[in-house]
Amino acid sequence: MSTPYAKLPRWADYGLIPLLNLLVAFLVAGLVVLIVGENPLEAAGILVEGAFGRGQYIAYTLYYATNFIFTGLAVAVAFHGGLFNIGGEGQAYIAGLGVALVALSFDATFPWWVNFPLAILASAAMGAAWALIPAYLQARRGSHIVITTIMFNFIAASVMVYLLVDVLKPPEAMGPQTRGFLEGAQLPKLGWVLELFGATVRSTPFNISFLLALLMAVAVWALIWRTKLGYEIRTYGFSPKAARYAGIGDVRTIMVTMLISGALAGMMALNPIMGSEHRVQLDFVTGAGFVGIAVALMGRSHPAGIVPAAILFGALYQGGAELAFEMPAISRDMIVIIQGLVILFAGALEHMFRPWVQTALASLAPRTAGLEPAKAEGR
Amino acid sequence: MSADTLLQLLDATIRVSVPLLLAALAGLYSERSGVFDIGLDGKMLAGAFTAGAVAAVTGSAWLGLLAAVLIAVALALVHGFASITHRGNQIVSGVAINFIAAGSTIILGQAWFAQGGRTPSLPNDARFVGIELPFADALRGVPLIGPVYSEIVSGQTLLAYFAFGMVPFTWWVLFRTRFGLRLRAVGENPAAVDTAGISVTWLRYRAVICTGVLTGVAGTYLALSQNAGFVKDMTAGRGFIALAALIFAKWKPVPTMWACLLFGFLDAFAIRYQGIALPGIGRVPVQFMQALPYLLTVILLAGFIGKAIPPRAGGVPYVKER
Repeated sequence: MSTPYAKLPRWADYGLIPLLNLLVAFLVAGLVVLIVGENPLEAAGILVEGAFGRGQYIAYTLYYATNFIFTGLAVAVAFHGGLFNIGGEGQAYIAGLGVALVALSFDATFPWWVNFPLAILASAAMGAAWALIPAYLQARRGSHIVITTIMFNFIAASVMVYLLVDVLKPPEAMGPQTRGFLEGAQLPKLGWVLELFGATVRSTPFNISFLLALLMAVAVWALIWRTKLGYEIRTYGFSPKAARYAGIGDVRTIMVTMLISGALAGMMALNPIMGSEHRVQLDFVTGAGFVGIAVALMGRSHPAGIVPAAILFGALYQGGAELAFEMPAISRDMIVIIQGLVILFAGALEHMFRPWVQTALASLAPRTAGLEPAKAEGR
Repeated sequence: MSADTLLQLLDATIRVSVPLLLAALAGLYSERSGVFDIGLDGKMLAGAFTAGAVAAVTGSAWLGLLAAVLIAVALALVHGFASITHRGNQIVSGVAINFIAAGSTIILGQAWFAQGGRTPSLPNDARFVGIELPFADALRGVPLIGPVYSEIVSGQTLLAYFAFGMVPFTWWVLFRTRFGLRLRAVGENPAAVDTAGISVTWLRYRAVICTGVLTGVAGTYLALSQNAGFVKDMTAGRGFIALAALIFAKWKPVPTMWACLLFGFLDAFAIRYQGIALPGIGRVPVQFMQALPYLLTVILLAGFIGKAIPPRAGGVPYVKER
């Protein structure tokens, strides 16, 4: 089945249209700010200042962005395979268990540079394991992966509440959380990198899992566009029928795609747990799994788009915190609205402006809109 | 377990099942027409907020209900606009609506009422409260039927009776009317419906509007019957349990009711027996009971309890041949 939309030049497809979609999302968000009775431009100014105004702020922005790069990549890999992994939230949550396992066992024994790789493996394995059952059910039993991953989010939340309240909590702790990790399970901070550029960064949670996130972005790019497996994933995502005809196994592709996706989502747990809090707390994922959906859609499932999109959302999180301080009427929940609007306009309504852009391009420069060759064929 | 506690448990079951039932039936219309809707939770939340806000300002429960239905329908139409008109991804659109509702109810609630995201507490005459049915007191003494009638059937709110009334009504609409036949057909084979000269678009829009109306009522129940006002995030994932119930019931109205009652019972049971050791089983963690509806749904989806086959054209936007 061909798409009912004609092809646009690449710059319009990957630049203009996403930008338009984003613009509309922010315009609508501005409308909400107006309804609340504040000045949207002023709010935007405070937000940008709060996200990038000082070295300290930039470090926080990048700390949040780290989470979203992981979850964004997770959603994107699944998208390439034609699967919608809405379970990043639960996969990351359960992966916290893997991190805890490594940290609590070895934090007194090994230095961080031994524990970090171990924790990467453990978090990826737990995240992948939590994606395994939905993947298996989709591949073998044909049950809809969206529904099963939603269910697994809730199950993960219940499991973690149970474990943190009844099992992992040391008797002397106040809240439902594990004991604090020793130095061996604390990741080095990256604030000094920003200080090289002349910024002053006091204490921020910005840590080396950011580098891991960037590494994963490159790895995902290489996987999807430079390996046989990536080609199979894309083929399956584009047309399962064609993939089957080409001898690409359904079950294997679905399982592998989801395992990779779950592993990426799982690695997100490293950043807050080993990088910042040094303990596993209730709800440490705080919606990052869902932000990943917005990030993947905005970044058009390409790492080169996902990293800036993640930084944008990191900026919204950090700037939003400052904004809530300056304008109490606009709490951090504003980001949830923006997230929803971005998902709506960059995702569900991504084709809304396409006909307009097409007409505009056609009247300005017929050749770029691809109309000329079509006419030539007609003759 | 004494008869009294059983009655109370069943009464609580009915109360917590009502929003599930309304939301699940709402989803039934949309999904039967081929439009997947995971935005039930968001629409319910927006409905609850609107009902709470409007009832607080006007003092009228009915105006609250009306406004809640309007807002939920508006959100449903956004979903329709994205997934029917623009053929966008229905899951993505549903996710978007959940977030927009979750964020804006808190922001607007805080801006308008400044009570940390709640709406003001409502007096009883701005709510839908329990209605004593006739003879509830007179029949109390009759064995078996008496207590059941006076404790469980009587004393529910108008919206609860509406919800259970919607079950046979939905069955009748779906299986005994022309609209219902077409609705089911458009969810299975839209091309055939189109060939018969019926607009796929308009049919699906009507289904989505039905979804909006019922989610609005579900939200109103939460804000004006179960509670006295809106509390932030008050749906607490009920929209997803409703979705699970709908799948569990294989997209059929009467089984949907039973699934909602089952999940409602689990919820009521978990609340009542928190941390109490059950004979023969020992202490069941409350989290296990909370996760049970989701677990059951996954097991069902895995094909171990029958097979849940969704409407064939579900999730697929219809592209008219040109």
